[in-house]
Order: sequence, then C-alpha cells, then structure tokens
Amino acid sequence: MMKSSRPVGIVGYGAYVPRYRLPAQEVSDLWTDGNAGLPVREKSVNGLDEDVATMSIEAARNALRRAAVSPEQLGAVWVGSESHPYAVKPTSTIVAEAIGATPYTQAADWQFACKAGTEAFQAAIGFVAGGMAQYAMAIGMDAAQGRPGDALEYTAGAGGAAYILGPAEDAIAEVEGSLSYVTDTPDFWRRQYEKFPEHAGRFTGEPAYFNHVISAARQLMDEMAVSAKDFNHFVCHQPNAKFPLKAGADLGFNPQQMKTGLLVNEIGNTYAGSCMIGLTAILDVAQPGERILVTSFGSGAGSDAFAIRMLRKSETPGVTSTQGYIQRRKVIDYAMYSRLKGHYKLN
Amino acid sequence: MEVARYWRANRQRYQLVGEVCPNCQGKIFPPRDVCPVCEKEAKTPFTFSGHGEVYSYSTVYQAADGYEQATPYTVAMIRLAEGPLISAQLTDVDESDVKIGMPVEMVTRALREDGERGMIVYGYKFRPVMAVA
Ligand SMILES: [Zn+2]
Repeated sequence: MMKSSRPVGIVGYGAYVPRYRLPAQEVSDLWTDGNAGLPVREKSVNGLDEDVATMSIEAARNALRRAAVSPEQLGAVWVGSESHPYAVKPTSTIVAEAIGATPYTQAADWQFACKAGTEAFQAAIGFVAGGMAQYAMAIGMDAAQGRPGDALEYTAGAGGAAYILGPAEDAIAEVEGSLSYVTDTPDFWRRQYEKFPEHAGRFTGEPAYFNHVISAARQLMDEMAVSAKDFNHFVCHQPNAKFPLKAGADLGFNPQQMKTGLLVNEIGNTYAGSCMIGLTAILDVAQPGERILVTSFGSGAGSDAFAIRMLRKSETPGVTSTQGYIQRRKVIDYAMYSRLKGHYKLN
Repeated sequence: MEVARYWRANRQRYQLVGEVCPNCQGKIFPPRDVCPVCEKEAKTPFTFSGHGEVYSYSTVYQAADGYEQATPYTVAMIRLAEGPLISAQLTDVDESDVKIGMPVEMVTRALREDGERGMIVYGYKFRPVMAVA
C-alpha cells in the first residue's frame, strides 16, 4: 500500500459530460437489425467543437471554483487520456493556458488506456506529499472511438473529471491510502496511426478487467485491515453495466454501495474518465465521515485503488453537479452521431 | 494558417482576457491598448467573467471554409456583462431555442482546424447558462 507521509486530500473536483446522447438501441438497429443485447442504455457523445482539451478545461474550471484555489497555485496540470487531440503536442499545456496556470507549472500528458487519469491522481498525491507543489491537478478525460459496428461502439463515451490534490487540512476528502496492481496483459490496444483500437474479445474479461480490479481493491483493503462493509461507496472502472457490478459483488459490495457512482448506463464508458467521474457523483452527495473505495482499470493492464474518507460536505454554489451534466441531454440518431464522429467526407 | 498570429492571442481567445481603462474603468474587448470611450492608453489586462446575453443572432447555412461539418450553426452578437459587444458562435443549443436576451456563458471550444495535418485553434464560444443543481 502507498500511504503519503504528509496527509493529502481532494481540495476540489469538477466533472464534465457533453450534451449529446446516443441510445445503444440506435447502434443495434443499424448493425444487427436490433438483435444485439445492449451493454448500456445510452452513451455521451462530444460535439464537433469538443475534444479532450476542451472537456478538460471545463472540468478543471469547475475544480478550481470548488477548491477556491487560484490557478497560479497549481504546481502541476496533468491530463490522462487515450484520446489526446494531438499525437505529438501536449493537451496539458492547452488546459493549463486556458485556466490561467501557465507559465510556472508542471504540465504533462499521461497514458495508460483507461487508467491514465488515476495514475496522474496517484502521482499528484506524491507531488503534494513530497512538498514539490502545494496543489496539483489530475484529470482523467476521454472522447473514445469505437469502430463502426464493433462492440465498443455501443459504449465508447465522452467525459471525465478533474481533481485538485492538496494538503488534507484544506481538503474535503482525505486519501487514506492507495495501491497499484499491474501486469503485461494484451487485452486492448491501438497501434500508432490507427484510428480505432483493437481488443481481444472475451479475453478482456477474466484475465484483464476482473483480475486487476479485484486484486487491487482486495489487496488495498487487506493491507488497511478493512472490508467492503467499512465503505459507504464503491466505484470502479465501468466498461459496461455488468462488469462493475460483478467485480463489486465479488469484493463483497452490495448494489446500494455501488449505485451513486455507477454512471455507465447514462454516459457510457468514458475510459480514463470513468471511475473518476463516478467519484465526482459520490463527492457531490457524500456526508462527512463516509468512506469511498475507488478502483480504476486500464488495459495493458493495471488497476489503481484508493481509499478516500470524506472530511466535510462539498458545498459550492454556482458549479454544475455531475447529475446536472447527466440531465443536460440531447438524444441523437445514428446519422447525427456519424457526423459528430467525423464519418462523413464533405470534400 | 499563421501559427504565430493565433499564438499571440491565446489568452484572449481561451480565457476572454481583454483590458480595463485606468482612466474611466471601461472594459475593453478585444484588447486594443486604447480606450474606445476616453481614447486614453489602456493596457491593463482584465479577465471577463464570461457571462453575457444574446444581443442578436443569425444562423449560417452556407458555411465559410473550414466550418462545413458544423452547418447549420448560429453566430451571435453577445453583450458581455461588463459591457463590450462581441461576436461569437453559439454552441450546445438548437437554433430554434435561441432568443434575444438569452443569458449565455463562455466556454472554450475547438474553433477550427487547419486540415487533418494542421493545428487545432481553440477559443471562446457561448452556450445557454448551465443549471447549477
Ligand atoms: Zn477610458
């Protein structure tokens, strides 16, 4: 288990979900005559003028408002994603410039499929604990691509969250401990110059997702000498509606403990944003003293687990809640979706 | 596309940074270093709140080069809360819902890109004010 020598916590957080929703039924109707089972109800889709940079900017601005920290105080602006707008050119400098954190700050882009955000979060804990920065921002955000007709097209969504880590005395929630569990497991990848990722079909379940999520969460709980009943909330990576509920049940969590953070039926799989935005929905409502277990999963493969304890209720007027973003919703059909994904060649 | 020209105006486009006149306190956007009211020098940076309302608007069906994918889209004159009138695209709104006087807020979005190989230009657009609950 990793435990910082200086107590570190979440000082501010912010979510972002774009406005558009594609019902999974639309995908099933087009490619399978409506015969495919639906892994989620619908997924969020970014607008034509949105990408990981713009979505990160809005989440980061929300986090700054909640933290009441000025952007110049951020010692790091880190963005974890598997859909950075440029192959070479950092997203983090665009975000840092837009929120007013430049030029005296650390900026970097992180990659590790769907756990790129939580690894930035984990590093930010160390950065603050070591006194390298008073505050550090860690973002997990994605605008995921699924090949037309592929299983991932039903779920690959858009959105995520930004966190400001800082000294626990300034925080709304303290990080009690964290743990990482990684192996070389080729369940999902995208080679350079390829637009869409490849996945190893059913192999993505047991040896990849379940092994890593469950091992990381269980080991953290064992080392902290706690169990599922000691937590009020559990949130983990959400590639579809079934996997997180099964992983949670194996770990001893009941559906009530998983309800608040489970957003996949409403927004789809937001990849690096997935469990991070799930956590924002919990922070929006959690009471002081409540404990939260968070576990990410990134293909390739690994999981980061965090135990978090609420210190005080988050109350910031003027910031849109995660449910507020989810309820702002415009349903689109497959034709509009194809346009938003750039599938039409106009000239 | 001239990279340097865009780069120089990054803060102005990303954060709505204009100027304030030290003489009459008038807020200026876009920055022009001279107060349009009292004609005195005004070089003090000022970050606008991003709040405003739709002063007038028009929907574009025949897009300019580089904007074809987004057709139709709505361009508006926005009266910023601090006074200046600026033009910008509206986003996250259906054309039929746009009204004169509608409260809007600034968001930073991708404005255009220089083809598949060129740079992406980010900057301000405006959308209906989000619910905060
Ligand atoms: Zn003046």
